[in-house]
Amino acid sequence: MTQPLLSIKNLTIDYIGEETDFRAVDNVSFDVAAGEIFGLAGESGCGKSTIAFAISRLHKPPALIRSGQILLEGRDVLDLDIQALRSFRWREVAMVFQSAMNSLNPVLRVEAQFYDVLRTHQGMNRKQARERTAEMLRLVDIQPDRMGDYPHQFSGGMRQRIVIAICLALNPKIVVMDEPTTALDVVVQREILQRVNELRKRLGFSVLFITHDLGLMVQVCDRIGIMLEGKLVEQNTAQAIYGAPQHDYTKKLWASFPSLHGAKTAEGFAS
Amino acid sequence: MSTSSQPILKLDRVSKTFGSVPYIVKAAQAVSFELHPGRTLALVGESGSGKTTCARLVMREYQPNEGELIFKGKPVQTGDAKALAGYRRSVQMIFQDPFSSLNPAHTIAYHLRRPLQLHQRNLKGKEIDAKINELLERVKLDPAIVAPKHPHELSGGQRQRVNIARTLAVGAEIIVADEPTSMLDVSVRLGVLNLLNEMKRDLRLALLYITHDIATARYVAEDIIVMYAGQIVEWGNINKVIDNPQHPYTKLLLSAVPDPEIRFDDPKAHLQAADVDEVRRISAVPDARSICIDKDHFIRQVG
Ligand SMILES: Nc1ncnc2c1ncn2[C@@H]1O[C@H](COP(=O)(O)OP(=O)(O)OP(=O)(O)O)[C@@H](O)[C@H]1O
Ligand SMILES: Nc1ncnc2c1ncn2[C@@H]1O[C@H](COP(=O)(O)OP(=O)(O)OP(=O)(O)O)[C@@H](O)[C@H]1O
Ligand SMILES: [Mg+2]
Ligand SMILES: [Mg+2]
Repeated sequence: MTQPLLSIKNLTIDYIGEETDFRAVDNVSFDVAAGEIFGLAGESGCGKSTIAFAISRLHKPPALIRSGQILLEGRDVLDLDIQALRSFRWREVAMVFQSAMNSLNPVLRVEAQFYDVLRTHQGMNRKQARERTAEMLRLVDIQPDRMGDYPHQFSGGMRQRIVIAICLALNPKIVVMDEPTTALDVVVQREILQRVNELRKRLGFSVLFITHDLGLMVQVCDRIGIMLEGKLVEQNTAQAIYGAPQHDYTKKLWASFPSLHGAKTAEGFAS
Repeated sequence: MSTSSQPILKLDRVSKTFGSVPYIVKAAQAVSFELHPGRTLALVGESGSGKTTCARLVMREYQPNEGELIFKGKPVQTGDAKALAGYRRSVQMIFQDPFSSLNPAHTIAYHLRRPLQLHQRNLKGKEIDAKINELLERVKLDPAIVAPKHPHELSGGQRQRVNIARTLAVGAEIIVADEPTSMLDVSVRLGVLNLLNEMKRDLRLALLYITHDIATARYVAEDIIVMYAGQIVEWGNINKVIDNPQHPYTKLLLSAVPDPEIRFDDPKAHLQAADVDEVRRISAVPDARSICIDKDHFIRQVG
């Protein structure tokens, strides 16, 4: 088998408290292949975002990585020094959060926000950056002639797509998406994720996708890992997680979803 | 809508605009709907279509530019301070974020005692304690354990239950819930929705439930409104609208609801950008005419 793009090995992360430490991620291991969309699902507080931050090396105290490895193309992300980190972020790993659309600078035109990233990381001049910006905006279905507009002139879904375009501008190897469309309507959500799905096929990047919507996760992901209280309890292809869940917890998660056309009553956790 | 009962609140062609020329946002355009005791109205639609604006109009945080609100048969007058205070008490909101809406410095008991002291002045000492326990039990929290706790010691679902108990302590007759479960886990989400259902039934509350999750809307609501670009485009009995959508935007919206049976790679799942743009274009055109599909199912005229 070829080497996976990302390989998480026995990752354990604690939040350090005054009296006791809290184990948020407990001996988790999984691989993400090049070009693959891997999903992490599980209840609030099970450690999904903690893993996402660690992969991007964006974790901060009180989070402490106790043990384990995060290998990107065989190199341990946890060993990178500050210098190496600078080029690692954005160029190798990019991250999109739920509220990323609000992270755009309100007083800067979209063009200037692209320029910032492209100049810092690739030393592009204005003209080169403008060309790259137009190309990236086209990728996410936004008219390039709108690059002179300010963020507030776009809808929430468009702003989220702009953030994704900025993330992809440096050709990262993997994009970590933590609830990227949770605040948006399902049409815009579908448009964005459909685009991400096409782009990863075309450009070859991998995606680590986090959402609380299991139905959506099965639609989008190739493989899915189910987490419970810091542990990865099951991982399998999306079809198997949906059609033949093994762990009781995965079955329970499915039972607590009301369906659009099914019966009105759902069982599962009803307390 | 389809009921014969008197609505407790009626919005009659209410409009709200933001900004000034040339940057006007028509956040709500001639919006009309009714809330009935013992019923839930779901409000769904595009992000930015005006759902929260409607909620804030109902809360009277915004004044309508046009149209009026009819509460228990009478227009809501802004001049009458006493009537307005009564209205504010009757209409309570549950917010999306269960974490920010409680004061970290106070116990859960305190969060309920204050509104009881303010709004139910006939209650004395022991009666207030008894009422606090009753409210907590009603939202399925154990008073002995929960009452002395502080908000940070509770989970998101438990906090949202406290928020619901608080609206009851104030004496709410109408509850506006703007994405009340979107920050909650799937496992606790149903519990909160069941609780809202039960309160609606037992206490005859009128509920306005705003969400992006149409499957949960069907779970709690009898009626539904679909909004696009500040206008209501389709409305009526929730089963009829979901099973037989007639407006192009409703059809698009329902076709995009996540479905684990259909993978994105499947051509059936593929939204064509040109089709989506066309639906957006025709749905944004204001039109005052409506078409009756059934006695309790309507759409706005398109094209
Ligand atoms: N800064 C912190 N200090 C202490 N504990 C923390 C901190 N951040 C997170 N935790 C705890 O670590 C656990 C994992 O949190 P994390 O944010 O990774 O969960 P998650 O799976 O992303 O949840 P959600 O679905 O709600 O986003 C939780 O129990 C949380 O309370
Ligand atoms: N205070 C305000 N000032 C200016 N514009 C506003 C204000 N509040 C809302 N808007 C605009 O009005 C429109 C409707 O916004 P609203 O928040 O009601 O949408 P929504 O349907 O609740 O969206 P979402 O699903 O994203 O929560 C949007 O274009 C929004 O930008
Ligand atoms: Mg998280
Ligand atoms: Mg809103």
